[in-house]
Amino acid sequence: MAKTSKNLTTSELAIESLPYEQALIELESIVESLESEQNPLDVSLKLFERGQALAAHCSLLLESAHLKVQKLVGESLLPFEEESE
Amino acid sequence: MQPSLFSSVHLTVSQLTFHIRKQLENDPTLQDVWVEGEISNLSRPASGHIYFTLKDKTASLRCVMWKQDAARLRTVLQEGMAIEAHGRITVYEPQGTYQLAVNLIQPKGEGALYQEFLRLKATLEAEGLFDMDRKRPIAEQPRVIGIVTSQTGAALRDMLNTLRRRLPLVQVILAPSPVQGVEAPPALVNAIQSLNHLSPDVILLARGGGSIEDLWAFNDERLVRAVADSAVPIICGVGHETDFTLCDFAADLRAPTPTAAAELATQTTVDDLQDLLASYFSRLSSATLYLVAEQRAFVSALRARLKFGSPERRIQSQSQRLDELARRASSALQHRIQLQSNHIGGISKRLLSLNPQGILSRGYAIITRKEDGAVVSTLSQAHGGMKVRVSDGEFEVRSEP
Repeated sequence: MAKTSKNLTTSELAIESLPYEQALIELESIVESLESEQNPLDVSLKLFERGQALAAHCSLLLESAHLKVQKLVGESLLPFEEESE
Repeated sequence: MQPSLFSSVHLTVSQLTFHIRKQLENDPTLQDVWVEGEISNLSRPASGHIYFTLKDKTASLRCVMWKQDAARLRTVLQEGMAIEAHGRITVYEPQGTYQLAVNLIQPKGEGALYQEFLRLKATLEAEGLFDMDRKRPIAEQPRVIGIVTSQTGAALRDMLNTLRRRLPLVQVILAPSPVQGVEAPPALVNAIQSLNHLSPDVILLARGGGSIEDLWAFNDERLVRAVADSAVPIICGVGHETDFTLCDFAADLRAPTPTAAAELATQTTVDDLQDLLASYFSRLSSATLYLVAEQRAFVSALRARLKFGSPERRIQSQSQRLDELARRASSALQHRIQLQSNHIGGISKRLLSLNPQGILSRGYAIITRKEDGAVVSTLSQAHGGMKVRVSDGEFEVRSEP
């Protein structure tokens, strides 16, 4: 039950702004909840819709990911420009 | 010096040269010797043999490296390079010269370096710095990867390209450091320690290939200890497949090259993640389809139970019961009527048998008083006018007192 209510509270977050790991963790718990827990049907359907959106969001993040490289100078992180070949 | 008249030996040039050759080539020291010097007059003709002169301050030695030995040479020879050459002294008779036929060449000092390497390795090994139970597991899917290497080398480019291809989700923090020269070890130590403050999931310590001297910073005791002490797991990828440094032994994981280090750091790739997503997606769909099907079955079972328990059925049942009762009532009534009817029949017969008319027809009469209609059955009752009833009518009489 605790897990279910956790899902319900996290589901208030806007998917578009979720970082990949967080979206994946939520997706994982939604799948497990749907597979193992007895939720009311309307809750299940909402979870399903959100799960689909999370999966699509994660997939998009993977496709559009760009390696972020920073350079440690002293104690500060600066953007690192790679030499072009 | 005057030639002695009798003991002098007379030889041809060939004989003398042959004699010299025998002397030199039978001397064990000259047949297995390391010679140290600087290269000059380096020449590589098309034959594949290499010719050069080894020099130091006061002497020079002609050297030849035959084609088959030259092919196995790992060090790139250059004019002025200080080397140690191993070989045997031979004599080249046509020119009356001797030369060193070289079969092995190593940069000067390598032998001493190697001894130092072995000594330090044994010391650190005895301390347990290389023990397997010190090795920490590498995160399968790191989020932040620290890199310690030269900012300008091919090693960095190779690693970044590998990470970009395999797991572009990661954040890379480069702690640039020189990777050779005397300033390299303290700078590398500092880079590892600085990265530790930022707690990345793993640190790649890397350098591209080079001579054993180029890689020597990675055998520095300070750096090796810093690698062993690092709280963050370290993957070491220095040089080529065949190069081993002490950092390789101290690191949590040894990679043959910088590229391999980046691969080992990303055991889960973006393709694996897409596969994982696809599996979640299908589990999501099937779980939901199952839930909906389950609910549908549940609803239809409820509908059946509802129908079973509905008043309609009770109404039917009650109605049937009514019919039944009505039928039973009707049949009971019939029975009663029949009984009553039979009873009445019997009574009628008996009644009929009691009909006074029957008696009258046998000659009896019924006498009633005229005044009050009472039946006269005794003498005392007989007075006044009376009616006499016989079978076919009545007549009046008067009693005479």
